[in-house]
Amino acid sequence: MRNEMTLEFLSVSENESLARVAVAAFISQLNPTMEELTDIKTVVSEAVTNAIIHGYEENPHQKVMLSCAIDGEQIEIIIKDEGKGISNIEEAKEPLFTSKPEWERSGMGFTIMENFMDKVDVTSEPDIGTTIRMMKQLTSTRALCN
Amino acid sequence: MSLRVEFVTKENVLVVRLEGELDHHETSKLRESWRDQLHQNDVDHVVVNLEKLNFMDSSGLGVMLGRYKEVQASGNEMIICSISPEVRRLFDLSGMFKIMRLVGSESYALELLGVASCEMK
Repeated sequence: MRNEMTLEFLSVSENESLARVAVAAFISQLNPTMEELTDIKTVVSEAVTNAIIHGYEENPHQKVMLSCAIDGEQIEIIIKDEGKGISNIEEAKEPLFTSKPEWERSGMGFTIMENFMDKVDVTSEPDIGTTIRMMKQLTSTRALCN
Repeated sequence: MSLRVEFVTKENVLVVRLEGELDHHETSKLRESWRDQLHQNDVDHVVVNLEKLNFMDSSGLGVMLGRYKEVQASGNEMIICSISPEVRRLFDLSGMFKIMRLVGSESYALELLGVASCEMK
């Protein structure tokens, strides 16, 4: 079965929990394991936090767009901002890299996204914005395919 | 679900008990109050009890690393205890336990830090 949802919210940190809870509620129709649910909540939190902190540099008047689609047990999550963009994506993806060390950022956001999801695509253009597309196949389907 | 924080001082050890969800939104308040506790109270070591913390992302890791560095810079120790499986995945992935010590219970962590009596509330 295919299903999808979209959500648009202001770039304020209060909405980080809204985003991950909304996605968790949406994918719960697939009966994910606790571990899968935690992984998905974590990556949504990472991507939305990146949009708020790095994309919009904490400007609370901008908007973050989130969409989530399920097709069978395949999950696709897209998180998009129209902020300042990432000038060097490969550098941003490196573990422990952060452009804001003074803010005690761990620099682990992309590493977590890439480890908890099957696929992470980042497209970004300076002053246009950043889109993160993440895919994950739930385990029960994998077991059937094997 | 938001974050609830409880600070308890046991001899020269600050016990930080976190409950709920720790994300970027919660970090600034937590960082501020944690720093205040470290500076105002006469404490050396820190025990972080994560038993009731059911969600954390990399923003939380940043706060943990920040406090760890402060405590370590003064020659003291920070121990993590009672971590849930969900939060542990994140710590393992980030290699946090290569630098921080993890133990099973708050009472054992306090014992390791030399706190004589450690009756739990």
